Amino acid sequence: MTGTAAIEAAALGKRFGRRGGWALRDCAFRLPAGRVCAVVGPNGAGKSTLLTLAAGLLAPTEGAISVLGTVPGAARERVAYVAQDKPLYPQLSVAETLRMGADLNTDRWDASVAQRIVDDGDLNPKSRIRTLSGGQCTRVALALALAKRPELLLLDEPMADLDPLARHEMMGLLMAQAAESGTTIVMSSHVVAELEDSCDHLLLIGGGRVRLAGEIDELLAAHVHVSAPAHAVLAPHTVVESRTTGRQLSALVRPSSTLDTDWRTSTPSLEELVLSYLRNPEAGAAPAAKTEETAV
Amino acid sequence: MVEYRIDRHSGVATYVQIVQQTKQALRLGMLEPGDKLPTAREVVEATAINPNTVLKAYRELEREGLVEARRGLGTFIRKGLSITPADSPLRLELDDWAERAREAGLGRDDVAALFTAVLDKHFQGED
Repeated sequence: MTGTAAIEAAALGKRFGRRGGWALRDCAFRLPAGRVCAVVGPNGAGKSTLLTLAAGLLAPTEGAISVLGTVPGAARERVAYVAQDKPLYPQLSVAETLRMGADLNTDRWDASVAQRIVDDGDLNPKSRIRTLSGGQCTRVALALALAKRPELLLLDEPMADLDPLARHEMMGLLMAQAAESGTTIVMSSHVVAELEDSCDHLLLIGGGRVRLAGEIDELLAAHVHVSAPAHAVLAPHTVVESRTTGRQLSALVRPSSTLDTDWRTSTPSLEELVLSYLRNPEAGAAPAAKTEETAV
Repeated sequence: MVEYRIDRHSGVATYVQIVQQTKQALRLGMLEPGDKLPTAREVVEATAINPNTVLKAYRELEREGLVEARRGLGTFIRKGLSITPADSPLRLELDDWAERAREAGLGRDDVAALFTAVLDKHFQGED
């Protein structure tokens, strides 16, 4: 792995309108190149805003974001971004849309990639975009994005309107792209389970802030699910969430030292980890910087 | 060629599933020395899992001496996994032991629990 960052943010914030609320604030994280990163968080958490900032389509209100070692605007040629609503020209046909992609990206375009993705979906090249289903539009949008051979691929809720079969196929296609070209892929979703096996890096956003950032393996290894007697004292470990049922205490903790051997412990799943943090907005932000240093 | 089937709900780490399925294929003779494992690209395209997971599994198999990575060519099986034959001394001893356990009044589950406990004691940290 090289030391380059695909995306690096420092004190990043975005406010819409002068009196509007902050969509994103105090975001600091570093995404190393070559990762497949899940951007996870509830609706309205700021996921789309973050992706739009990385794509260079919005300017930050405060702080800074750099993409592939430069400002987002200068990296645009090497970045592909598929917005949530998959903006395409409805009056163009599939073939015309691909030709547009080729004409707009003359230096980088790989027509065979685009063609294969479209063909795999049994799309008629003559069909107008406006006659396609949501899933078919996603396929065309991904064909445009991948044929550009991007170094960084930003996908906002890419799988939302795909059926389970198409979802699996498209995810397989994205993973193949990552395996073959080392493309950094960043995709947002509020369905964690959907991303668990495909992503190796996590960016958890809640309330406009980065709640958790780092390699998924390391984040999971840093947390333990504990079952203990109700009177157990969890200090000095950092408690993300704890619940008492009858005589039993059940908690997700970030151990600061060895845990009491009488407690039953297990490794949380990614979904459990994410849900615990989201249910507890006041739980301390994870040691993002520390995790990152060890990861690089 | 082996085809991996990933079960998301098995509770077994995905890379371990690949390691186990490769070993199973070796034991059953579906893979033999010299055979090539699918490339990371082929596996992830079919399973939609992260490429690093496949590489991690292959590194583990390599560490155990079962496969070798040849630069630019792929990953190849180095040696097979032999099943202990039916008349081996170890098998006969185990057979004898199981017979005695049954005579002592232990049920199938009791024996399995006992065996697993001993197994865990002697093979800590392996799968």
